[in-house]
Amino acid sequence: MCGIVGLYLKNKSLESQIGQMFAPMLAAMTGRGPDSAGFAIYGDEVPQGSIKLTLRHDDRSYDWAALAQRTQEQLNVKVEFVQNDLAAVFKITTDAKKATQYFTSQAPEVLILSAGRSIEILKAVGLPQQICDDFNLQAMQGSHIIGHTRMATESAVTLEGSHPFSTGQDLCLVHNGSFSNHNRLRLELERKGYAMKTENDTEVAAGYLTWRMDEGDSLDESLHHAIKDLDGFYTLAIGTRDGFAVIRDPIACKPALLAETDDYVAIASEYQALTTLPGIDKARIWEPEPATIYSWQRESH
Amino acid sequence: MPSMNLSKNSVRELNQLLHDQAGELTEPEWDIYESGGQHNVACGLNQQLNVNIHDHVGYFCAGMNQHANITVHGNAGPGVAENMMSGLVRIKGDASSAAGATAHGGLLVIEGNTGARCGISLKGSDIVVQGNVGHMSCFMAQAGTLVVCGDAGEALGDSLYETVIFVKGEVKSLGADCVEKPVRPEHISQLKNLLNRAGVDEDPSAFKRYGSARELYNFKIDNAY
Repeated sequence: MCGIVGLYLKNKSLESQIGQMFAPMLAAMTGRGPDSAGFAIYGDEVPQGSIKLTLRHDDRSYDWAALAQRTQEQLNVKVEFVQNDLAAVFKITTDAKKATQYFTSQAPEVLILSAGRSIEILKAVGLPQQICDDFNLQAMQGSHIIGHTRMATESAVTLEGSHPFSTGQDLCLVHNGSFSNHNRLRLELERKGYAMKTENDTEVAAGYLTWRMDEGDSLDESLHHAIKDLDGFYTLAIGTRDGFAVIRDPIACKPALLAETDDYVAIASEYQALTTLPGIDKARIWEPEPATIYSWQRESH
Repeated sequence: MPSMNLSKNSVRELNQLLHDQAGELTEPEWDIYESGGQHNVACGLNQQLNVNIHDHVGYFCAGMNQHANITVHGNAGPGVAENMMSGLVRIKGDASSAAGATAHGGLLVIEGNTGARCGISLKGSDIVVQGNVGHMSCFMAQAGTLVVCGDAGEALGDSLYETVIFVKGEVKSLGADCVEKPVRPEHISQLKNLLNRAGVDEDPSAFKRYGSARELYNFKIDNAY
């Protein structure tokens, strides 16, 4: 069991309230996933040619300013950073490859949670409400957000095993269910050069979508391939820089509900997570069909 | 007439009050508000109560019902009226997967659509769905009747025993050992009676009937111990 929630805003004027709208959704899924929780929020985009990384260090007194200073000098780039609890968001005037290579080799003590122009991933072990409070989710702004509350089955209760998973730029995935062919798929992806950081099955699914999109697939095309190649039971919510998608396995083992109004699209494992959304009593609410792709895309910007 | 608001009181408190009526019936009419998709609302009732729930409910609403008449004025989550023994459960909106699972008796009416596996392992209840049912409905169903006024998803009636299925719309595919069967006058009258009980205005002659071909392993006498 796990809980997944997602919120995609159609009405831009609500972007300043997305954290406030989303935090109660995540907390409402505590019963489905009390082990760890996390969310990926899209917004505050950096210009083309720059990259935004979410980094994390277990030590609250870690000197992020020193790391930023060092990065500026050694890469000869401009770095801005904001610390948020145990994480820090670094905006760097370079590309993703150079930035991630730099931190992997020169600052191996920090964990890279996400890389992209828009995405920020924040996650931790603990109860969802605590995690919302620690990262001050209520105050966050953005265009779309997906979140997860985990009840661990396939790998241990660790930060590394918590969702969302991201293996490509601005791409992330949350998952309720479990995959049965993740070991084979992991080997195949590793042979193609996609390194996984954990033993977790969901990370393999994220890696799979990254590979498909690198091959030129659109989000929808990559999900068509995923339905064929991913074996197991799952409800997935996927975020990209400008898109949001939901799919369920062909047997529809895991629950999902979609709600849509003129202002937003929301997904949740259970209706309980939707009750606090404004205008939910007037929303169109339905259960997504099995093996069917539901996606929403913003105009490219 | 008692009423309870589930944003203020717990489901456990509500269910205890409803169970307290099982011995001596003192309060037959109940109104429930703001259930907000919570699970296990009005489960295990065993008395001729009329319970109106004026909101959406989560998993297993009206499970194990005996004698009570429960109406949900909203949508229901998975496993509504699962293992019902008797009584009437009516969902004014949609129901999720496994509606009426393993139910032994009584009548379940769903005015909207249901998700997958409606009436899975049905053991004697009657289920009337005014909309569509999802895939694998009536999987391994043993007794009782499913009536679908809309369409049915893939693998309808897979591994069916004695349950009878009536469908008015399209059937995407039939499951293993489920076949269409002739509709004789006694089936029309059975269906007419059931539609009347459900308060559903449909022409019984517009439905097709499906049942078990009894060709699977367990139907062969040579395989008996």
